Amino acid sequence: MTKKPSAATEGHADPPAAKLGFAGAPVNAMLSAEQKIGLYRMMLRIRRFEERSLRAYQAKKIGGFLHLYIGQEAVAVGCCSLMGKDDHVITAYRDHGHAIAVGMELNPLMAELYGKVTGCSKGKGGSMHFFDPSRNYWGGHGIVGGQVPLGVGLAYGLKYKGLKGACMTFMGDGAVNQGAVHEAYNLAALWELPVVFVIENNGYSMGTSQARSSAGELSRRAEAYGMPWGECNGHDLYEVRAFMAPFLERARDTCRPALVEIDTYRYRGHSVADPDNTYRAKAEIEEYRRNKDPIQVFQNELIAEGVLDEARAEKIDAEVRGEADLSADFAEASPFPIAADLQKDVYWEADNPGERRSGGRLFFN
Amino acid sequence: MPIIQYREAIRQALAEELTRDANVVVLGEEVAQFNGAYKVTEGLLERFGPKRIVDTPISEAGFIGLGIGASMLGIRPVIELMFWSFYSVAFDQILNNAANIRYMSGGQIHCPIVIRGPANGGTNVGATHSHTPENVLASHPGVKVVVPCTPYDAKGLLKSAIRDNDPVMYLENTMLYGDRGEVPADDYLIPLGKADVKREGKDLTIVTYGRAAIQSLAAAAVLQQERGISAEVLDLRSIRPLDIDAVLASVRKTHRVLVVEEQRPFCGVGAQLAYMIQSEAFDELDGPVARLTTVDAPSIYSPPVEVEQLPNPQRILKAAVEAMA
Ligand SMILES: Cc1ncc(C[n+]2csc(CCOP(=O)(O)OP(=O)(O)O)c2C)c(N)n1
Ligand SMILES: [Mg+2]
Repeated sequence: MTKKPSAATEGHADPPAAKLGFAGAPVNAMLSAEQKIGLYRMMLRIRRFEERSLRAYQAKKIGGFLHLYIGQEAVAVGCCSLMGKDDHVITAYRDHGHAIAVGMELNPLMAELYGKVTGCSKGKGGSMHFFDPSRNYWGGHGIVGGQVPLGVGLAYGLKYKGLKGACMTFMGDGAVNQGAVHEAYNLAALWELPVVFVIENNGYSMGTSQARSSAGELSRRAEAYGMPWGECNGHDLYEVRAFMAPFLERARDTCRPALVEIDTYRYRGHSVADPDNTYRAKAEIEEYRRNKDPIQVFQNELIAEGVLDEARAEKIDAEVRGEADLSADFAEASPFPIAADLQKDVYWEADNPGERRSGGRLFFN
Repeated sequence: MPIIQYREAIRQALAEELTRDANVVVLGEEVAQFNGAYKVTEGLLERFGPKRIVDTPISEAGFIGLGIGASMLGIRPVIELMFWSFYSVAFDQILNNAANIRYMSGGQIHCPIVIRGPANGGTNVGATHSHTPENVLASHPGVKVVVPCTPYDAKGLLKSAIRDNDPVMYLENTMLYGDRGEVPADDYLIPLGKADVKREGKDLTIVTYGRAAIQSLAAAAVLQQERGISAEVLDLRSIRPLDIDAVLASVRKTHRVLVVEEQRPFCGVGAQLAYMIQSEAFDELDGPVARLTTVDAPSIYSPPVEVEQLPNPQRILKAAVEAMA
């Protein structure tokens, strides 16, 4: 990974409590032991779910793309664990982690990967298109950068309705060069909308490193739009929470946007189709895994705090592996959609024929 | 009944729906302070204030995407495109996000947004500003497409579009903004997907929509007068949903069809219609389905030639006579 260090400037927030240790930041100090273990379990659930999905993919149970989040778990869990009732989340296609972090069950997620009708999108979305509006989770979007204006729209809706919430709008380091992203930055800043843009910087967009795709610093581009910005490490769950909390609070309290960059790393190829042997060295992956694995780092932390011990960690691992296996069983046992489902969920009106007001043909075969 | 302009009819629809539903909001370039590039939204800022009538930067992908996101939370944005031609810079937002999100979420999310603005040639603004994308839009399941040609239709259809829970693309016409017609001052709706017989006839069905319908009416009058041909003019009003039953009913009456559209021929709306007519009413036809379209080239600037490129009453007349041969 080639990244330039960021300099502190006006509007730039240093990671808070950096000197004190992130565990002591108020947002972390307030967590009970069980809450901490809950966060640990959530990261492990994501990891085991995805490892299980990879095996299913290799067994040809899953089609299309499968973009694994393995290595990045502390970002989604750290950010989503800060959500209040009126906070919302939208992200790109590497969306399994966020879906689990907002509280979606594993069964409908695995079933969606299998293309089954019991999937969260009834088998119509697939890996890149998980949604759960009941949990304020708006996807799951396949076009790089395309979800970012939608996130600003969710924030616009919150402000319009007078709700005190914020929309965390996630994107990858490769998305920042899309025009729609800059349009979204401008609108959010111009109209003072409660959105926190989160760049999950894993160093690569597919096989292209940040150095080969982006001029300048990614989050610092916020300065051009008058937005505060900051950058933090994404392997330490406490740091992510301590860093994000004030940005979210500020967005909710003052209805203003911010742009943050969270440095992270993916262990697997861009998608499972990526042999991962052209653009980075195995040693780079190994080094991150050894020193910065977010689950290991947090486990060490909790053990040092006396919140967790090896035995409990093993027990949790067995439980979430079991849960992931069960989700695969559930997906396997579930039926596929039928051809007659193809034309459902296209038009609201077609799905609510009793309330249909229009005439004429909606479908052409 | 009051007689008002097409643009005023659209404005009335906006004002009535803004009054009726606090979640309706109008966004677009120059819609507020400037009173609209074509003065459709004139006076709305004064009446409804800056929360409801919102000037946007020139940022179509941004503000259309924003509108889609807001609509997922229950806001009902009515977005003005200064020209529909500019939809191309927001294509991904309209046709990936708005069109697909209901489907990809298994029906969990819907997107009650209206995108409206003029989509037509004939004003000598050249190829970049003269697109007629109704066929492109309508080929995406998930969106609805409406093209009104009279003030009465414009108001009733826009009100229905705003109340619709699916994304509706509403295509106006700068050449019609000044046209006048009778429009009730009160609340009425025209359902989407209902065609309208604008002129009854028995010898030939002209299936058309938008300004081409107005021109077809002019041609039909001449046909009757000079040739004794009685043409029925059927205005589709909506492209998707499509009132194909009304088309087939007229074909069963006249047995001859001419489709007139301000579209290029390749994969235009008329191509779809011709397919459906032959497949569903083959035995009713006394001749092949005829089409009159815009001449297949980018939109020319040169004013007199642009008239010839587009459908016009003379071209329609000629095509109708050929269709009767
Ligand atoms: C508009 C668009 N262009 C290209 C692609 C193909 N593509 C999918 S993901 C990707 C890389 C994006 O990288 P980044 O934004 O850093 O996210 P990451 O995969 O690292 O999570 C590319 C090129 C796409 N989906 N959409
Ligand atoms: Mg990346």
